Amino acid sequence: MQKEYKTITEISGPLVFAEVDEPVGYDEIVEIETPSSETRRGQVLESTADYVAIQVFEGTDGIDRESSVRFLGETLQMPLTEELLGRVLSGSGQPIDGGPDIEPEEERSIVGAAINPTAREYPEEFIQTGVSGIDGMNTLVRGQKLPIFSGSGLPHNDLALQIARQATVPEEAEGDEEGSEFAVIFGAMGITQEEANEFMDDFERTGALERSVVFMNLADDPAVERTITPRLALTTAEYLAFEQDYHVLVILTDMTNYCEALREIGAAREEVPGRRGYPGYMYTDLATLYERAGRIEGRDGSVTQIPILTMPGDDDTHPIPDLTGYITEGQIYVDRDLQSQGLKPPVQVLPSLSRLMDDGIGEGLTRADHGDVSDQLYAAYAEGEDLRDLVNIVGREALSERDNRYLDFADRFEEEFIDQGFDRNRDIEETLEIGWNLLSMFPKSELNRIDEELIEEYYDEEAAAEVTAD
Amino acid sequence: MSQAQETDVTEDGVIESVSGPVVTATDLAAKMNDVVYVGDEGLMGEVIEIEGNITTVQVYEETSDVSPGEPVENTGEPLTVDLGPGMLDSIYDGVQRPLDVLEQQMGAFLDRGVDAPGIDLDKEWGFEPTVEEGDVIASGDVVGVVEETVQIDHKVLVPPGSEGGTVAEAREGEFTVDEAVVELENGEEIAMRQEWPVREARPAAEKQTPTTPLVSGQRILDGMFPLAKGGTAAIPGPFGSGKTVTQHQLAKWADADIVVYVGCGERGNEMTEVIEDFPELEDPVTGNPLMSRTCLIANTSNMPVAARESCVYTGITIAEYYRDMGYDVALMADSTSRWAEAMREISSRLEEMPGEEGYPAYLAARLSEFYERAGKFENINGTDGSISVIGAVSPPGGDFSEPVTQNTLRIVKTFWALDADLAERRHFPAINWNDSYSLYQDQLDPWFREEVSEDWPEQRQWAVDTLDEEDELQEIVQLVGKDALPEDQQLTLEVARYLREAYLQQNALHEVDTYCEPEKTYRMLGAIKTFNDAAFEALEAGVPVEEIIDIEAAPRLNRIGTTAEYDEFIDELESDIQAQLEEKY
Repeated sequence: MQKEYKTITEISGPLVFAEVDEPVGYDEIVEIETPSSETRRGQVLESTADYVAIQVFEGTDGIDRESSVRFLGETLQMPLTEELLGRVLSGSGQPIDGGPDIEPEEERSIVGAAINPTAREYPEEFIQTGVSGIDGMNTLVRGQKLPIFSGSGLPHNDLALQIARQATVPEEAEGDEEGSEFAVIFGAMGITQEEANEFMDDFERTGALERSVVFMNLADDPAVERTITPRLALTTAEYLAFEQDYHVLVILTDMTNYCEALREIGAAREEVPGRRGYPGYMYTDLATLYERAGRIEGRDGSVTQIPILTMPGDDDTHPIPDLTGYITEGQIYVDRDLQSQGLKPPVQVLPSLSRLMDDGIGEGLTRADHGDVSDQLYAAYAEGEDLRDLVNIVGREALSERDNRYLDFADRFEEEFIDQGFDRNRDIEETLEIGWNLLSMFPKSELNRIDEELIEEYYDEEAAAEVTAD
Repeated sequence: MSQAQETDVTEDGVIESVSGPVVTATDLAAKMNDVVYVGDEGLMGEVIEIEGNITTVQVYEETSDVSPGEPVENTGEPLTVDLGPGMLDSIYDGVQRPLDVLEQQMGAFLDRGVDAPGIDLDKEWGFEPTVEEGDVIASGDVVGVVEETVQIDHKVLVPPGSEGGTVAEAREGEFTVDEAVVELENGEEIAMRQEWPVREARPAAEKQTPTTPLVSGQRILDGMFPLAKGGTAAIPGPFGSGKTVTQHQLAKWADADIVVYVGCGERGNEMTEVIEDFPELEDPVTGNPLMSRTCLIANTSNMPVAARESCVYTGITIAEYYRDMGYDVALMADSTSRWAEAMREISSRLEEMPGEEGYPAYLAARLSEFYERAGKFENINGTDGSISVIGAVSPPGGDFSEPVTQNTLRIVKTFWALDADLAERRHFPAINWNDSYSLYQDQLDPWFREEVSEDWPEQRQWAVDTLDEEDELQEIVQLVGKDALPEDQQLTLEVARYLREAYLQQNALHEVDTYCEPEKTYRMLGAIKTFNDAAFEALEAGVPVEEIIDIEAAPRLNRIGTTAEYDEFIDELESDIQAQLEEKY
C-alpha cells in the first residue's frame, strides 16, 4: 500500500508540499528519497484531498522536485523494550552508539494520549535530591514536573546531573520497598557537542548510563527533529514507568531550542504568530509534553520530569518560561547573581516554587517541622534580601539590631544552606538541621511561622547563644 | 453529552482537509454549531464556519491519522448537555463525558472516539412528585424531588419551552432518568432528564441586584473584598501566585449550595488533587462530604483544545440548571485565559484576521456573554437562585495589561489581584490589598451590619486606611530606614504589620485557619484594633514606642488564626494587651 509519488510542488524551509491522489492521514509518517538515494523522514502537518504539507525531520537539503515521497500509512511509532536502557539514540530514535538494532517488544505512537485525571494518583512521595535549596525549600515529589529556569552560561547542567546522580527516595534506600528501579531518560535538544560530552562523561563515570536511555539531538542536527525528540523520550519513559515499573526521571534540555523549532515550523507554514513570533498553540503543544509526567493508580512506576530551559535575556516573562511556568508544578531558578558570588548550586529560592511540596512533606513523609521551617526560612530570607537594598543607601549602622540580624541571616543562608557544592549530597535531616541552626539566630518570638511545640523541640539554643554573644 | 444515544444522522459529508483540530468537509448540510461526527472513528466535533460548499469543524478529539475522504455525519443538533440527577459527585471532560466511565472503557489513558452519556441512563432514582392529578403546571415548574446526594434534593423541572398543562398522572417510585414520571393531559411526558444547548443561556424571569455575600471563610475576601451571591470576580495573577489554591479554597468553603468547578486547560495533577481531596472534606456547615454538592469539569491542558473551548459553557449550563431549582450556585473557572487561548488557536487555524495579540476580535464579546450568565435571578418558576462566577486569569508574564485580563476587568465587579512579590515571600493568599477591589461593598454592607456587627464597615475602613498609610510610609522607609520615622508612624507600621501577618495572611493548609467564619474575621480585626487604640494611648502618655511594640501579648495576635476556640482567646488577649500597656504609664 506504500504508494510512491514524484509530485513535490514546493519546498520551503523544513516543509515539503506534495500533490496526492489518494487520501493521506493527518500526522502520518512520510519517507522522502532524494536523488542521491538518501532517505529523509517527515510527518504530515496538513492533509487535504489534493495535496499534503510535510515537515521533514532531517532537513530538506538535497530534496528536489524529482524526489519520491512514500506515505507509510501510520503515525510515528517508538520501538519499545526494556533493552533500551543503556542505549544512546539519535534525536529521531536511531541507535548511534554502535550497538545492535533495537528489537522492540511493542511499538507505540509518540503522540501519547492524555492521562485521564480520574486514573492519576496524586504525587506525594518525596524524592530526596540531596540539594538543600530543593529538598528543604522546593521539594520534588515523584510524578512531578519541575523545570529548571536558567540562563545561558549558568550551571544548570551541573545541577541537573547532581539531581540525576543523587536522587533517591529515602525509605527505599534502606531497601525495604517493592524494588521498583530508578531509570533516567535524557532528551537533549540542540545542545552543543561539548555539553553532550559533559553529560555522557558523567553518566559513564558514575555508571548511570546502564540505567539510562539517551536521546541526542545536537546543535548541528536538524532543528525540526527537535520537535520529536522529547516525544520519543517521553514515550519511552511512559513505557518503562507504566509497563516495566521503573521510577523514571526525564531530563529534557534545552526546551528553549525545542520552542525555537516550533517557531521555525510555524513561520514556514505562514501561520498567524502569537507573542514574539511563537505559534499561538505553543501552550497546548508544551502541555502535551509536560503533562506526560505523573503516576497512575495501580501501577508501580512513575514519570518525573525536569525540563531545563534557558531564559532569553534571563527574562521569565518571555513566552517560553512563562508558558512553561503555567503548566509545570513549580520551577527552580538558577540565578546569575548567586553564580557570580560563587554559590554552587546557584539556586535562588525566592522565586522558586514546588507546588506539590506541601503534600510530599511533613510527619511520616519527611519530618513534622519541614513545612514550617521552610516557610520561616523563606520569610526571613525575603526580609534580609529587602534590607540589602536599604543598606546600600543608609548603611548598616542606621539599621536596628533586628534588621542587622536579618542581614546576617541572609548572608549565612546563602553561604551555609545554598552553597553546598555540586558533589555534596545532603540528606533531609542534615538540610533541616542547617535550617534550624540558621533560624536560631532569631529569638523564638520572631519565629511566627513555626508551631510552638516544634520550636521547643528543634530550636538550637547553642546557635542562639553564639549569636547573642557576638 | 446527549447525542450519544440518538444519533439522528441527517446528511453525510466528506472530509476535505485536516489540520490539527480543524477539519473541513464538503457536501455537508449543516447549521452553525451543529454537532458532527468526523471520520471512520466518529470523532465528535462542532461546525464553526460555513463557506459555500465547505464546512469547517472543530474536533473535540485528537485527529492523528484522520484522512481526507473519510465521512462526516451531522446530527443536526447543537452541542447540548444532559441535565438530570447524577451530575453532582461527578467529573466530566469538556463535552460532559464522565471521566470515570471513560476510564472503565479505555483504561488510564484517554483514547478517542469513545462516547458516554453525561448521566447514567440505567440508574434508578427515587422520585417523589410534588404535583398531583389536576394541577396545572407551566414551563420551569417543579414537578417532583429526587434525593441526588445526601445534601442536595434534585428538583425535577418542566423543561423550558414546554407548553405545560394539566397533570394527568404523577408517579411515585424508582425510575430511570428517561422514564416518564409525570404525564400531562395533552399527552406530554416529563422525565427526569432534559437537554439544553450549552451556548444558549437558560431563560429566567428577572435579573436582580445581589445583596447577600458569598461567604468564603477567607479573611481578605470576606473582610476586605467581598463577592456577592450572583456576583462576578476575576483572580488574575502570574504563575505561582496562588490562583488555583484560591479557587480550591472557594470551592471548598464558599457557602453556595452547589459548586461547579471547571478546570479549563490546567494541570492534571491538580484535578486529581480535587478528586482525591473533596470526598474526604466536610462541608463546614452541614458536615456532609464536599463532593455531594460539587460537579467537576476537567479538561486538562493536554486534552483536546476544542473541548477546552466548550468546557466553560458546559459548566455554566449545569450551573444554570441548578439555579433554576432555586439554589445558589458558585462556578469557578480555572483558567479563563486557557479558554481564550483555545479560541485563539481555533481562530488562527481558521486564518481569521486577528485582533489584539492574536486573539480573535470576538474575544471581548465571548467573555462578556459568559460572565453575563452569572447573577441573582428570579427563575421562571418564581424561585430565587443565583450563579456566582469566579474566573482565574493567567496573564502572560503577570502583565495585567494583556487583552484577557483587560476585557475581563471591564465586566467583573470584584477584582482579586494576585501579586508575585507577596507569593515570593510566602504571604498567602497573595492578594494585593492595594490593587484589589470589590464593587459589591455598598450592596453587602447592610448584610454584614445585620448578621455580624453594626460597625463592620467602619472597622474595615480603619484597616484599609492603616494599610494605605503603611504603603506610603514604606516608601520613606526605603529611603531613610524605619528608625528615622517619628514614633507614631513607627507604631502605625507595627500595627500594619499585624494586619498583614495576622489578619490578611491565612494558612490554607492549617486545619483551623483554612476556614475563618465572618464572626472570627470581625473579632480578629477587632483585636488588632484594640492593640492599635491601646498602643496609641500609651504612646500619647509618653511610653517609648520600643516598649509598646515589645509587650508580651502582641505577638499572640499572630496565633488567633490557628486557634479554634477563638472567643476566649481573643477576650484574654485583649485584656492582656490593655493591662500590659497600661502598666507602662
